[in-house]
Amino acid sequence: MVQCVRASLFITCYNDLLFPETGQAVVGLLGRLGVELAFNSKQTCYGQMRANTGFRREAFSQAKRFVRLYGDAETVVIPSSSCVAMIRDQYPGLFEEFGNEILRREFAALLPRIYELSELLIDKLGIEDVGAYFPHRVTFQASCHGLRSLHLGDRPYRLLAKVRGLEHSPLSNADRSCGFGGTFSVKNAEVSSAMLSVKLQDVTATGAEYCTAHDNSCLMHLRGAMHRQYAGMKTIHMAQILACTKTSPTGAFL
Amino acid sequence: MIYSATSRPVLDPRFAPPFPQAALPVLRNPQLRKNVAHATDVIQDKSGRLIQEKSDWQQLRSAGSAIRAHALENLGEYLEEFEARCTASGGTVHWATDAAEARQIILGLLRQEDASEVIKIETMTSAEIQLNTFLESAGVSVFETDLAEVILQLGEEEPSHIVVPALHINRGQVREIFARRMELSDLSDNHHALTAAARHCLRQKFLSIPTAISGENFLIAETGGVAVIESEGNGRMCLTLPRTLITIAGIEKVLPRFRDLEVMLQVLARSATGERMNPYTSVWTGVTPGDGPERFHVVLLDNGRSSILAKPTERQPLKCIRCAACINTCPVYRQTGGHAYGSVYPGPIGAIFTPQLMQMQHGQSLPYASTLCGASYEVCPVKINIPEVLLELRSQVVDQERGDPGRLFDPMYLGLLIANLLFTKAWLFHAGQRLGRIGARLFTRKDGWIHSLPGIGAKWTQTRELRGLSNQTFHEWWAARAKESK
Repeated sequence: MVQCVRASLFITCYNDLLFPETGQAVVGLLGRLGVELAFNSKQTCYGQMRANTGFRREAFSQAKRFVRLYGDAETVVIPSSSCVAMIRDQYPGLFEEFGNEILRREFAALLPRIYELSELLIDKLGIEDVGAYFPHRVTFQASCHGLRSLHLGDRPYRLLAKVRGLEHSPLSNADRSCGFGGTFSVKNAEVSSAMLSVKLQDVTATGAEYCTAHDNSCLMHLRGAMHRQYAGMKTIHMAQILACTKTSPTGAFL
Repeated sequence: MIYSATSRPVLDPRFAPPFPQAALPVLRNPQLRKNVAHATDVIQDKSGRLIQEKSDWQQLRSAGSAIRAHALENLGEYLEEFEARCTASGGTVHWATDAAEARQIILGLLRQEDASEVIKIETMTSAEIQLNTFLESAGVSVFETDLAEVILQLGEEEPSHIVVPALHINRGQVREIFARRMELSDLSDNHHALTAAARHCLRQKFLSIPTAISGENFLIAETGGVAVIESEGNGRMCLTLPRTLITIAGIEKVLPRFRDLEVMLQVLARSATGERMNPYTSVWTGVTPGDGPERFHVVLLDNGRSSILAKPTERQPLKCIRCAACINTCPVYRQTGGHAYGSVYPGPIGAIFTPQLMQMQHGQSLPYASTLCGASYEVCPVKINIPEVLLELRSQVVDQERGDPGRLFDPMYLGLLIANLLFTKAWLFHAGQRLGRIGARLFTRKDGWIHSLPGIGAKWTQTRELRGLSNQTFHEWWAARAKESK
């Protein structure tokens, strides 16, 4: 289908440990679409948690490491909108403050080659119909960074619309934060929980079987509360929906 | 008081508890949360519709941002221009370095006037310098005239919003306050009845008290004029009826030219109250014999603003035109209301303004009172990049705390230190993951989920669970798969 696209997968630290199935789904999906996928085993994390908590110097050392590891990659694909947002929004400032000219140049050259998964599919590969089959009712939570930093707009909805069997159940207030916010969920645990409970009311009101997003961090927050409350709903990363086909209806990824 | 179980909220960052603690009484108050959510939903709904009808909204935002940024870059010149023009028109300009100096200047002016009573129109700046308590203790009776401020003053309440200060109080509660304080036991909660009660009470003050204190929305350098934007007309009464008018203004509020109001009035009314045009726009320049006050003073307040001005990222809150769009859209504020911010400036704008006004010596928990969702930046009519400033201030807080040995006992700080070490080398990271997996097993129940964690993890598990870790990380899966295919 797609000719000669080579991409390097940056899985992100929390997906690696907590959501390996998302990475597996990306491998399955992009493999099916003919993308030659590489994985640099030296990758760790590239600094969002530290930068967002105020540890800029520490975040810089991770940022530098990221640029060094991926400087040669033809395309970098990241299945996490907040991580891509971190690179686009915060790296320039970090390199301005702590980096040197060479690093800034290397980063400027790398930046346009970094894609969030749905950007890769739609903008780079030009595909909306990935041939997926997912016969379930699904609602979509627009993760804040995907929405306001990456400006993903209707891309996720376009991808979902082409999934066979999928019934989309629109979420009220889809653009309202779920209250995760990384360390916010612990530093301001009570406020975070209050926000979560409001979000969960909207999510469960859709009557969907699955709530999906581009970011497992939001989903981890929602799923954690769903499980606590015995809500009859699960969360699933968008990559896992797109990886499912008729021949492997549940994928290997649920 | 509305929530009598708790003490009156503290809106002084020097004494207020940190945000997570200050939020607790509100989180336990469903009535207040409901009031806040309802009121912000109503304003946002109106505002959203009116913004949609402006096809040039984004251009207006850009223009608003450029005007405010330009004013700040040339603030010194524009303030001097304002002073010269205002003085030439018969006004008197006073400069106050800090809150104490501003309070003394105002008290001095009231003494000159021999005033034992003063009427006031809502002003955030006077709340910032805690003018009312100061004047009361100096023997001057202060009467608020903005309807919301009247409710707060009579109810012995604190403001929770910068445009709608009594947003956390609903109509039934207003009735209760008025009935009790105005001794109108049969007052209904019909809005006509409530308005009539307030009007009756206020008209007497307007007609009998010859001295007023006001805030302002804009100072206009070109003309030396001052602008007040309001909905009720009570401000107009304060600005026109008294013999002497004292206006207190933050130095950042200057606009270069009169015509800049063209942009500001369009974005302000739509963002603030969801109106195409605010009902009352008062602009006056000095004094005019036979028309309005005979004596007019402006107190220009610095109170930490010039030190904020020095830094280009951090100075952004000084662009603020006090529309509160960021507050109305903020999902955190929606849960906590304004009092949790421990300052007269609540919400996202308060989170980036208050700690800086305090020279980063107080209010350090405020930059963390956000999920960085970016909603506030999106709606700000002068494009204040609130997440960017929040991050900058977080980094300043961290740098302040770096030298503190007590940090080594903070589990989150330790966790971040360890994580930072692990992330430097892949083998360390992988070893850390394996250790984490073993550790997590201790807490994972039969259903494969972690239901409760000790220490700081308990903050997570108080309302959410965590799926147990799978036996294979992604990179282990990848390596095993690569081996198989060989």
